Amino acid sequence: MNSYTDAAVHHVHRDDAGAKMGMWLFLFTEVLLFGGMFLVYAVYRYQHPDQFRLAAMELNTGIGTLNTIILLTSSLTMALSIASLQKGNRFLSMTMLSVTLLFALMFMVNKYFEWSAKFSHGIYPGSPELVNKPNGEILFFGLYYVMTGLHALHVLVGMIILTFMFVFIKRNKVTSENYVKLDNSGLYWHLVDLIWIFLFPLFYLIQ
Amino acid sequence: MSGKNKHHIDYGTYILVWLALLAFTTITVTVAGISLGRYTLFTALLIAAVKSALVINIFMHIRFDEPIFKAFLGISGMTLLIIFLLTFLDFIYR
Repeated sequence: MNSYTDAAVHHVHRDDAGAKMGMWLFLFTEVLLFGGMFLVYAVYRYQHPDQFRLAAMELNTGIGTLNTIILLTSSLTMALSIASLQKGNRFLSMTMLSVTLLFALMFMVNKYFEWSAKFSHGIYPGSPELVNKPNGEILFFGLYYVMTGLHALHVLVGMIILTFMFVFIKRNKVTSENYVKLDNSGLYWHLVDLIWIFLFPLFYLIQ
Repeated sequence: MSGKNKHHIDYGTYILVWLALLAFTTITVTVAGISLGRYTLFTALLIAAVKSALVINIFMHIRFDEPIFKAFLGISGMTLLIIFLLTFLDFIYR
């Protein structure tokens, strides 16, 4: 009887499956949000294939590739952070989470240099230089700024979420028994990576 | 809590998937330099699809999760596909 009451006292009301379902539903809306933009991209690229190719040559493939590697590696460290917490290794989990944050920061720094270079060449939405280009190129750069910009915003939000997770693990709010928050943050982070997997070839690798 | 979907993936699997993702990135960057004509876009999208399959199945562990999550993903994928198809049908035959 005693063990029964103990179990009742320690029983925490929570629904991990429900939390994950909510997260997947949210990711569903994210897929459709970016999907709509990919649709606009597809139609305009179909309409102006040559101008898209010409405009894409101005993007820095090196920085794009580097950022791809950074995001893929950050996805690995995120997955490792969850796996190590599941195994009960809090220290490794927090280390991996910090490394993930560091990669996210590196991604944003690269993005800053990339966009600054574009701005200094006079290519930014509504710039006199861009307005004088043919329609297809204006559309390409418009989509480039909106889509990679929204993606970068997601990276920033991801960094905030991961910082919270770090604090939660530190304060034992997220533990090896109760890690659904970290798991869901991981799902979000992988989605950000997933979107980049498509953005990268569509913007940086058109020849 | 529920023990059935607690399939833990070990570190090695994650590292292998990461290596595969890096390899596919190298391939897609290399292939982009070669002129494949109209197959360029197709190849790039195919590689992106393979990479996302790896991320979704292993990193997002959908492969080991409950079927309802697979259904969510399937529905969002199909919705996108239908929107793309209908838009292009409208656009091409306008």
